[in-house]
Amino acid sequence: MFNVDELLLLTIFIPLIGGVGIALLGRYPNIRECITLITAIILWTQVVNVYDYFQGGIIPKAGPYEVLPGLELAFNVEPLGMLFAFIASTLWIINSIYSIGYMRGNNEPRQTNFYICFAVSLFGVMGIAFSANLFTLFLFYEVLTLATYPLVTHKADENAKKGGRIYLMILLGTSMLLLLPAIIWTGALAGTLDFVPGGILQDKAPYAVLVLLSLLFMFGIGKAALMPFHFWLPAAMVAPTPVSALLHAVAVVKAGVFSVVKIVVYIFGIDLLAETGSADWLLYAAGFTVIVASLVALRQDNLKKRLAYSTVSQLSYVILAAAILTPISAVGAAMHIAAHAISKITLFFAAGSIYTAAHKTEISQLDGIGWKMPITMAAFTIGALSMIGVPPTAGFLGKWFMLQGAVSTQQWVAVGVIVLSTLLNTAYFLPIIYRAFLVPPKETGDHGEAPLPILIAISLTALGTILLFIFPDAALDLAKQMVGL
Amino acid sequence: MSASVSSLSPAILNLIEHLPALQVAIPMLGAAFVAMMRNGLLAWFVSLIISLLMPIIALFLLHETFVNGIVSYALGGWAPPVGIEYRVDVANAFVLVIVSVMAAITLPYARKVVALEIAEENRSWFYSMYLLCLCGLLGIAITGDAFNAFVFLEVSSLSTYAMIAMGRDRRALVAAYQYLIMGTIGATLYVVGVGLLYVMTGTLNFADMAVRLKEIEETRPILAALSFITVGLSLKIALFPLHKWLPNAYAYSPTMATVFLASTATKVAIYLLIRFVYTIYGPSLELVETSAVTVFVILSLAAMFIASFAACFQKNIERMLAFSSVAQIGYITLGISFAVKTGLTGGLVHLVNHAFMKGALFMCTGAMMMRLGNVKLQAVEGIGRTMPITMGLFVAAGLSLIGVPGTVGFVSKWYLALAAFETGQSWLAFAIMASSFIAVVYIGRIVEIAYFREPKGAALLAKDPPPSMILPMIILVVACFYFGIQADLTAKTAELAADAFLSSAQGTWGAVQ
Amino acid sequence: MIFEEFINYYNYFITLFLMSSGLYIVVARGNMVKKLVGLGLFQTSVYLLYLSPGKILGGTPPILAEGYEVYSNPLPHVLILTAIVVGVATLGLGLALVVRIHEAYGTIEEDEIFSKGDDLQEEDNKNSTLPGDAK
Repeated sequence: MFNVDELLLLTIFIPLIGGVGIALLGRYPNIRECITLITAIILWTQVVNVYDYFQGGIIPKAGPYEVLPGLELAFNVEPLGMLFAFIASTLWIINSIYSIGYMRGNNEPRQTNFYICFAVSLFGVMGIAFSANLFTLFLFYEVLTLATYPLVTHKADENAKKGGRIYLMILLGTSMLLLLPAIIWTGALAGTLDFVPGGILQDKAPYAVLVLLSLLFMFGIGKAALMPFHFWLPAAMVAPTPVSALLHAVAVVKAGVFSVVKIVVYIFGIDLLAETGSADWLLYAAGFTVIVASLVALRQDNLKKRLAYSTVSQLSYVILAAAILTPISAVGAAMHIAAHAISKITLFFAAGSIYTAAHKTEISQLDGIGWKMPITMAAFTIGALSMIGVPPTAGFLGKWFMLQGAVSTQQWVAVGVIVLSTLLNTAYFLPIIYRAFLVPPKETGDHGEAPLPILIAISLTALGTILLFIFPDAALDLAKQMVGL
Repeated sequence: MSASVSSLSPAILNLIEHLPALQVAIPMLGAAFVAMMRNGLLAWFVSLIISLLMPIIALFLLHETFVNGIVSYALGGWAPPVGIEYRVDVANAFVLVIVSVMAAITLPYARKVVALEIAEENRSWFYSMYLLCLCGLLGIAITGDAFNAFVFLEVSSLSTYAMIAMGRDRRALVAAYQYLIMGTIGATLYVVGVGLLYVMTGTLNFADMAVRLKEIEETRPILAALSFITVGLSLKIALFPLHKWLPNAYAYSPTMATVFLASTATKVAIYLLIRFVYTIYGPSLELVETSAVTVFVILSLAAMFIASFAACFQKNIERMLAFSSVAQIGYITLGISFAVKTGLTGGLVHLVNHAFMKGALFMCTGAMMMRLGNVKLQAVEGIGRTMPITMGLFVAAGLSLIGVPGTVGFVSKWYLALAAFETGQSWLAFAIMASSFIAVVYIGRIVEIAYFREPKGAALLAKDPPPSMILPMIILVVACFYFGIQADLTAKTAELAADAFLSSAQGTWGAVQ
Repeated sequence: MIFEEFINYYNYFITLFLMSSGLYIVVARGNMVKKLVGLGLFQTSVYLLYLSPGKILGGTPPILAEGYEVYSNPLPHVLILTAIVVGVATLGLGLALVVRIHEAYGTIEEDEIFSKGDDLQEEDNKNSTLPGDAK
């Protein structure tokens, strides 16, 4: 029916088409939610389709479509993007099931807007994942920012407004003030913005400019939440939980670190950075963020806030892994993107499940909740173990490759950061599990488990966390292809 | 003439030959014609027909310049340089297209707002003034004669003062008066400069002037003339700090006048300035080395930042947009002052881009004005719920103003920042980004008020305007996005126009045939 | 020497004097009619700037006739005729506006108009009582 290239374009536009459908039929809730689910499933099958072609040696491409001379929209498939698209589209299905339970369970207003914006966000994610040059990446990066803003401010109260303000200011601010000049500068220096294995900046810029560019890029990608530009992530937690779960634990932040990895690998090139040392600072910046964010997470009583800071710290793991600048650690980065995605979404699902069933948001309220909501808290435990990096959960894989990379190049700072942060992860996750199962409940509220769609979703992701550890081959292959191992 | 054209009958051929004159003459005669009508609706209809005709002529001229380079037309058959010459290259034609297209989009929108804001007995006068203004603006863009440009400048200005004075309340009168004083000073300064040039060169024809300036020595009167002309036109452009007239003029004039003026009037004056600086002075002065460039960069930056900040503190959306216009003019003049192709292209493409987005924004604001009676911030609380289409379009055009990728604003920024890097002034690129970020603040403020507050008072009953107003808004907003993704038409034409200016600065605009 | 220069170029000095005094009146006077008078003066000075160089000493009016070889330049006159028309139109429009302003405000002094709470710059900023804006 379609040739390969059209297939790729179609894949990117499916969520947008779904969004239009939702907008048109928004007045019938059942149909609307059906469309969401169907769109998510079609998207997933299409992504799998693209993956098949890709593994079969055909690389789907679309474009370039010239916007103006020197500026093109272009899409292609490369391993990391494939991985990212696969994660996002898979989790969207589960998240849609979850959303239906959550939004109905909590009687949220303006649900049609919610589903539309969600679909548009996924459109942004697909665009980012399959972008073939910096401009395309940037375009969809901003689409994602703007489409998630209405989701963050969904409650439309004073808190939501403030959170939305911080969200938009930091994300738009960093991307417009730092990332965009960096992109244009790169364009002016290299004459192209394409993602090319090995980078496009060799011999194009002096050391000082390289350092400056790397600073602009890394801090410009505010979605990667490198400190001090991480404030938007806790602020975004005012959003409904499905948004926090898929977008702020998976899509948006992964888009950030994904962009970081892509720029390190395909714009600068690992070799260039390793030779000139112009991005050595990144290792320290990322390490600093890992540790400090973990420390801050320790002090949060609000469950979603603690998870948010945990995300900040985990994101910098990925940046750290990229900054180690060895192929094997880049594999670790890719694996950690996948592992963190599936574990963190489980944790957020659990938080939302608790909110829906028990209307509790603070960790100090969770005493003994594990016996009332066994499925939720079991899933939470699996997710937490994965975050700490305990086998047999997915989180172990990423850390393993990162450590391997760090040890092989004898970057003891990186090793130290990973070890220390693992301890800190344990310190902020274990008390929650301890409270939930071992501390007797203070009050006897009579709530049971969350609605069924939520439980289905949460079980699926928890299962996925374990399955990814047992069958990591597909993800691992993609990660290795990226660096040519 | 191309082959397809030559097969037409001689009468049409004859007509085509006179298109440059018709471009100006039709609205001028139309103005007189409309002034005699007593029926506002009929006046609107005639104006609409004329406004729809103008882009056709302008596009035809643009096409001619693509094919033949320069189109020269001797007005009344008097050969230049003695007679008045209409001299059209890609650059003029580009400006003609912007002005006439914006006019054609504005007119369908105008009927309802004019019917609401202007008394029945004044409506035909209003449309008459509008047509005169259109005639003046097109005339400035098309003429190749310095004094003729002055006359058209005054034609457009005088009609503008009259239009503004027909505004909703008495403050419009004072705004019009203030603009009249400022505008007349500006035009007079311009004519002083032209007079000095005439004394030194003995000609008023642009092309001839450029040739003769190159022959005579660089003397003080010539530089004085440049500064007179620059300051005079800067008043018309509303270049910071000569912008004081603009916010009042835009805020208190009738909605239709605001929409039309905001998207065309200053643009034409900018064109005239570029024509003088590049085409006439270009061959004899080293542009980049003149200290005027530094002054321009500083003033542009000041406009970009100070006016943007001022926009953040306005309590009235129209005034906010007016200040934003002053800031956006800063981008254009900054682009011009780079004096390289990328920068000039950026400035020129922003002419058309800004026309699209400001036209759309002012149209949305006009719709709110129509429903709410005023557009102070308190008035628009919660209208995101009651006027969803209007507010949605406002936000979309606002995104373009911010310069989000995929919108026309981004295209402009791209060129300008690229020019900054190319000329080794990287810091300017960051300044451009920083000032465009301020737009996030003032557009975001409106978004928060319109969506996160409960509607009350008039806003509760407000609803979206009728289709005749929605449609032009949609066209402009779609243009904002379409030309952001597919900038071939705008950016490439702007590039050709920049080429035309730059090559004319090498003295190739040529002597008179 | 300087005096000689002055005599040679006295027409320009007159132009300059008229121009600056006209501009000064526009800036310094608050009365709207007086401002227009200043504006008229300012514009008139330009007429001189154009006309005086067109005159050639010993030249005749530019009418072709036997025995006269030297003519004054006719073009500036034509131009200035146009400029005078523009000037008259501006003045007329300006005065009409002043009449309307007088009807609306009862005064034509700028400071009095602004002091009526109608200051164009401040008008909208005065009632800044948005509930959420205090923060």
